[in-house]
Amino acid sequence: MSSVPVPTRRQVLALYKQFIKNSNQFNNYNFRQYFLRKSRSTFKESADLKDTVQVTNMFNEAKKELGILKRQAVISQMYTFDKTVVEPTLKLNHTQ
Amino acid sequence: MFGRSLVRLPRVVPSNVGLRPSVWSSKIRSGNLSRCYSAAAAEAVKLDEGISIETHTDIQAAAKEQANVRSNDSEAIKSGNTALNHAYQENTGFGTRPIYLDMQATTPTDPRVLDTMLKYYTGLYGNPHSNTHAYGWETNKSVEEAREHVAKVINANAKEIIFTSGATESNNMVLKGVPRFYKKTKKHIITTRTEHKCVLEAARSMINEGFEVTFLGVDSNGLIDVNELENAIRPDTCLVSVMAVNNEIGVIQPIKQIGEICKKHKVYFHTDCAQAYGKIPIDVNDMNIDLMSISSHKIYGPKGIGALYVRRRPRIRLEPLLSGGGQERGLRSGTLAPPLVTGFGEAARLMLQEFDNDQNYISRLSNKLISGLLSLDHATLNGSPNHHYPGCINVSFAYVEGESLLMALRDIALSSGSACTSASLEPSYVLHALGKDDALAHSSIRFGIGRFTTEEEVDYVIKAIQERVKFLRELSPLWEMVQEGIDLDSIEWSGH
Repeated sequence: MSSVPVPTRRQVLALYKQFIKNSNQFNNYNFRQYFLRKSRSTFKESADLKDTVQVTNMFNEAKKELGILKRQAVISQMYTFDKTVVEPTLKLNHTQ
Repeated sequence: MFGRSLVRLPRVVPSNVGLRPSVWSSKIRSGNLSRCYSAAAAEAVKLDEGISIETHTDIQAAAKEQANVRSNDSEAIKSGNTALNHAYQENTGFGTRPIYLDMQATTPTDPRVLDTMLKYYTGLYGNPHSNTHAYGWETNKSVEEAREHVAKVINANAKEIIFTSGATESNNMVLKGVPRFYKKTKKHIITTRTEHKCVLEAARSMINEGFEVTFLGVDSNGLIDVNELENAIRPDTCLVSVMAVNNEIGVIQPIKQIGEICKKHKVYFHTDCAQAYGKIPIDVNDMNIDLMSISSHKIYGPKGIGALYVRRRPRIRLEPLLSGGGQERGLRSGTLAPPLVTGFGEAARLMLQEFDNDQNYISRLSNKLISGLLSLDHATLNGSPNHHYPGCINVSFAYVEGESLLMALRDIALSSGSACTSASLEPSYVLHALGKDDALAHSSIRFGIGRFTTEEEVDYVIKAIQERVKFLRELSPLWEMVQEGIDLDSIEWSGH
């Protein structure tokens, strides 16, 4: 693992963007909200991390989690259910 | 004391007052349709006995149909302005599926858990007990890893975890297995009155086998008295079983103190941790727990699996319920289900990993919900507020019947007690044990908050409960009397 270079700031931000994008693709309201919240807090908490070994480990771990997120977002789109009572059925109606 | 029929009045009132449009009230009057607001949608799934079953799709169909009728009916539009409007969400641009707030009954399966499970349904189908080929080896390895994860949450050794079909089986195994093994010398079991049904029923069946059972009472906060427990222990006592977190009121029992007492008197200590595992800090060594029941579907894992922790040093012996191939140290024969076991393991790993995050999040939402609900008059929190798991909130709304409030809350999935007793209209025995009268036990509702509950949902629930409790109370003759300052206890109700 030591041969793997330390991820750059840009790579980490790109990964974060991927997390948000895939979390947003959950059809299930509760799962979508949870993974958005979780992605934001995890990246925020580790923003100040300086130790290169730790950063590399977290980066690799997050890449694995992104894989889970991608697969599960697709599954969530395959089996859909009615929207819950707090969810607007039409995106346009949201502000009304 | 007033009778149950009086308290239930609010439910039938809407049809008399004419709050619903005439079309609907006539339908309600015409048959035993008190549970269905759309006869057409309900008829599709009507059973022989005239009982109708509703699925989520029916609710949606019914809501749409109702919305159509309303939009074409001028009378309906006029009378549409009732507090019950939200109960039948229609045409407001929002979905129809209820908010899930019954986390003590079961929790949604975490997508990360499902992701772990799927490969055991697709490619890795080997029998984990087959030790002659790679298919068996790979699933066996995963099963043992899952066992490690399950054990780590409670600081146990992986070898002390026995996989079962769920907490009910674990509880039965202990309550029946331990006394049966030691029946020659020991004849006495101690448990409490607020345990889960499966513990109480298992204990009762042991009475038929010639054992004596002491059911300890609880105080008005739902906590047992440890001195009373110590006094109840006899030389022939073999087992003490006390649940850690109550499933109906969320009260946390003083497990560590009970563990110390049991160790001092050399009695085995079993605790039912179905609601506590992964949600409150538990350490089997620190707390002197000898046996512990665990359930997977209460921690966002798959349904159909649970575990029993059985201490190895000093060794606890119990007679197995099932005879067979001798899997799981001979205590629970039968092939393990690798998809369920690995899913359970992943769920346990996540409980440990997310412990602080979940804890903070759930406490924050819980405080918000409690303060929102208790801002209503005559609303009380059941169970001790200090020894309390924040994810389980049980509130009584006096002068409103729980069942009729639940009927008015179709858009929120709640329950008035545990899932096993909510089918019968019996008042909760747990609230009875706390010394609550029938009326208050009937007017209580349990709210469960979990990892996937959102703040938006909590806000919605607070608003909905406040509106509808006010609405139902306005219909209630009892509430009127209370407002006029009549003491209800002073009234003599005539018999029926």
